[in-house]
Amino acid sequence: MSYPAQPFKDKEFARKFYELMVRSRVLEEKLIRMAKSDDGFFWIGGPGEEAFNISLGLQVKKGHGLEHDFLHLHYRNNGTLLAMGSPMIDFIRQMKNSKNDPFSGGRNFVSHVCKKEWNVVPATSTIETQYSVSPGTARAQWRARQQGKDAGVTIVVGGDAGSAEGDFATCLIWASRPEQELPMLIIVTNNSYGISTSAETQHGEKNVSDRGKAFGIETLVCDGNNPERIWSSIEKGLDYVRGSGRPFILEAKVSRLNGHSSSSGANRVDEPDCIEIFERKLLKNAWITEEEISDIRKSAQAEVNKAHEEVRKEPYPDAGTFQDHTYADGKRGGIPGRDF
Amino acid sequence: MANMAQAIRLALHYGEKNLGVTDIFGEDVGAPLGGVFTCTQGLKTTWNTPLDERGIVGHAIGLALAGQKPVAEIQFCDYIFNTIDLLKLAGNSCWSSNGQYPLDMVLMTPHGAGIHGSIYHSHSFDAWATRLPGWKIVIPSNPLDAYGLMLAALEDPNPVMYLAPKALLRSKGKEKIPGEPDEAELKKAIDAPIGDRQNWEPQWPAIQRHLQPLGKAKQVRQGNSATIVTYGRHVQMSQQVADELSSKGMGEVRVIDLCTLYPYDWEAISKAVLETGKILFVNEDTEITNFGEHLLRRVIDEHYYQLKARPRVLAAQHVPGVGLAPTLEEATVPQKKDIEKAITEILQERT
Ligand SMILES: Cc1ncc(C[n+]2csc(CCOP(=O)(O)OP(=O)(O)O)c2C)c(N)n1
Repeated sequence: MSYPAQPFKDKEFARKFYELMVRSRVLEEKLIRMAKSDDGFFWIGGPGEEAFNISLGLQVKKGHGLEHDFLHLHYRNNGTLLAMGSPMIDFIRQMKNSKNDPFSGGRNFVSHVCKKEWNVVPATSTIETQYSVSPGTARAQWRARQQGKDAGVTIVVGGDAGSAEGDFATCLIWASRPEQELPMLIIVTNNSYGISTSAETQHGEKNVSDRGKAFGIETLVCDGNNPERIWSSIEKGLDYVRGSGRPFILEAKVSRLNGHSSSSGANRVDEPDCIEIFERKLLKNAWITEEEISDIRKSAQAEVNKAHEEVRKEPYPDAGTFQDHTYADGKRGGIPGRDF
Repeated sequence: MANMAQAIRLALHYGEKNLGVTDIFGEDVGAPLGGVFTCTQGLKTTWNTPLDERGIVGHAIGLALAGQKPVAEIQFCDYIFNTIDLLKLAGNSCWSSNGQYPLDMVLMTPHGAGIHGSIYHSHSFDAWATRLPGWKIVIPSNPLDAYGLMLAALEDPNPVMYLAPKALLRSKGKEKIPGEPDEAELKKAIDAPIGDRQNWEPQWPAIQRHLQPLGKAKQVRQGNSATIVTYGRHVQMSQQVADELSSKGMGEVRVIDLCTLYPYDWEAISKAVLETGKILFVNEDTEITNFGEHLLRRVIDEHYYQLKARPRVLAAQHVPGVGLAPTLEEATVPQKKDIEKAITEILQERT
């Protein structure tokens, strides 16, 4: 995908970016309401990370196979998929554990995305394990590059608290083996909390990404609430990885606008909001009017409501399918000679 | 005759050449060592990893997600425990993605006691492994099956865990792998020389496809007086016990080598219960929450009224480890004499 060299100097682009941010926020708000009204069991997601998610989603080399980027996502990245082109209804289906949930067939929590068509590998609840797994897809791409083939890169995303797990160190070590450095954009979305525990009370390092320096990995810390900054930081990271075939760590400081999850109430908290920040800028530039802002919200609202109405009618997966796909080709698991 | 390590090596070579294996990796798996048990010497796609089991399992998952065909090794199953959540993830990738991401990968690891391995080279993993839905679990008892099970594992599109009995890796079998040359010739062709190996290259014999299909047990000894169901290094021991009991005129004990622990061959077990009415499950993992207990429970659930004697499990003692002193090891993991005692009791039980 190509964008203007300075996308945020381009009115059309900026408006498109804003609209995606709003759609992503409205979607998350709907998901929260669903969790609060027995229309789903649990919510976790990414309000506050829209600037990051949309920037990432628009810059991914989307598709299936080694020549495209692999995405190992966190549970706050619905907006990334939305920006890549997933319809809102996909996420609502997962929230409702609908039989049509395209990510997990009604098996996983909302925001645990997976879309093979676009190299989006299963997002898992086990904090940080994606950092042990992602060097594997990166190695496959490294090999393709060695063979002179066109290859994408691997992108892994996770939180700050999770970086205390050994998997983070695994990622740094495996990504930086001498002569075999891996084409990976290693991202930490730092909201300075792990559920209720503040990073200050647990982490002595100034920046999580500083740990990459010991391995000679390029690092960058940026303000994830500023669309321009986060866009250009991701662009810089991706350019570097695509160009050099080496790893890059990007730490984005983000807000967590509705707390950790529905378990902590999912109520709005007082932290900087990237959408409000961007809105002020657009208004100041006279690139948008108050009325247009209201229209964008209304249309996103209508879109999400329509999707919700449709999903309401959808059943859970048939009980008889609970063992399906335990093995490849749809095969069931269970007790040999009884279940299959 | 090939030993088990050579058989595994031949199978991996076959896999590289014919089945699209892309990566064989783990600690000391690549040159110069080729694995602490030499199972990966001279292979084309091997490489050494950092000393990081979570990284190894994670990497295998990642490679499989990217459509490669990895074979990863955990140097000893004693060091696999810190990877359990990743093993769970490998097992649930296909299911949790509603079929999108099956993982075509093999994880092999030396298993069990019997090499004077002390506390951290004597662990078994079968009880843990069989609690990992989404995986298939195999364990060979001789070189030919080691070859056939590895080929079957490589041909299967799912995660397969390959438990290789440590105590058998250097032992030879009775049957040749199709295409296997004479012992001396084989050794010369595929064993790396001691010392400088830099310019060494193996001369692979033209071995052929031979499968021990996943999910199929082998009846390795006929008999209708009672049945022993076992696997790995206890197969041979059980056969010897059965032969001795037969020569003493105490009955003919059927011995079943399970080969695949999941999906296990229920048909073979069920048939054995119906035909012999007496059954003993033998393995060397600790006895509380043991895989043999599951099989025993199933026998009771489905064949209670066909049993002619109390069915039993013979497994290792529930202790934190296997002690190094031979007295301690022998008191901990089932020995030939323990099998003999247990099956004799079963044979003698009045119905
Ligand atoms: C391995 C593991 N340990 C604990 C949990 C429970 N848990 C879920 S989210 C979370 C906090 C994660 O914080 P961070 O990595 O900063 O990500 P954030 O939620 O802030 O985006 C914890 C402890 C888990 N899911 N996985």
